[in-house]
Amino acid sequence: MGGPEEYADHPVRSYVMTDGRAHPSRNTIRPETLLVADPDKPVPLSASHRQRALLDVCGGVLSLAEAAAYLRLPVSLVVVLASDLVDSEHLSIRCGAPRHDLPERHVIEKVLNGLREL
Amino acid sequence: MVFANSDRSRSGPHVVPTVQHSVKILVVGAFGVGKTTLINSVSEITPLRTEETMTTASIGVDSLDGREEKSTTTVAMDFGRITVNPEVALYLFGTPGQRRFWDLWEGLAEGALGALVMIDTRRLEDSFEVFDQLELRTSMPFVVAVNNFDGAPRYETEQLRQALDLLPEVPIVNFDARDKDDSAQALISLVEHALQFSSDEALA
Repeated sequence: MGGPEEYADHPVRSYVMTDGRAHPSRNTIRPETLLVADPDKPVPLSASHRQRALLDVCGGVLSLAEAAAYLRLPVSLVVVLASDLVDSEHLSIRCGAPRHDLPERHVIEKVLNGLREL
Repeated sequence: MVFANSDRSRSGPHVVPTVQHSVKILVVGAFGVGKTTLINSVSEITPLRTEETMTTASIGVDSLDGREEKSTTTVAMDFGRITVNPEVALYLFGTPGQRRFWDLWEGLAEGALGALVMIDTRRLEDSFEVFDQLELRTSMPFVVAVNNFDGAPRYETEQLRQALDLLPEVPIVNFDARDKDDSAQALISLVEHALQFSSDEALA
């Protein structure tokens, strides 16, 4: 296994990659998935400092990639942190990821109109 | 505080609370082709960076001491955000062309509106693998955006189409990634193409 030169969080990656995921919610978190912490739910005593940092940064709506960038952590690790916090309902996903390959047409049209007004 | 060092001059770090949907476009291209320049031109936040570590076994290297040789590479992805509508946030993720890089980021290639493939006419060959991957391994609509570097050769669209072996329906646009309007126009071409693509899919 990894020597000291390897990134300390790397072993988590293998877990993310497993097909036998314990929590189906993990499949729905992508880099652009919007997350927001539930302000009424106290931070669990058992939360790690990274989970606390994630809840802190998600005090307002933020994509998973943005949260990872601000926390200076890899997206692959933040997916795991976020999944656990979604399961415990401390973090919620704004509008779960659509099942289609492409975004819905009415959303694409809004993107087009928005870009035209830039 | 986590935001202490971030640049908040353009827009607050958080997405406005009315936003219900997030959509992504992949900005794909070789190193140095101008992906971050484009993202910086149109993003409402200062582009952010996130890194993943890639561990690869060395190939073709004899191990002298019996240990498996591995090398670790850090790969960065820059991205930006445009709140295109009170309900929709568009994310632009800049990623190197090779598929092994996309796979580093969980879910990056899934559900994308499309890909803007950036090209430098001085290094056309750098893009060949990108097109192979896009055509063979995804069904994502894409548009080719030629970044007009100063001093780079200019080609007619059809010359480029032949050189890159692209299908007639793939749009090719010329733009300057440093220019906001130009960059927005390149993205508009992609979104228009994606709309066309989605109606074709519906009919198929």
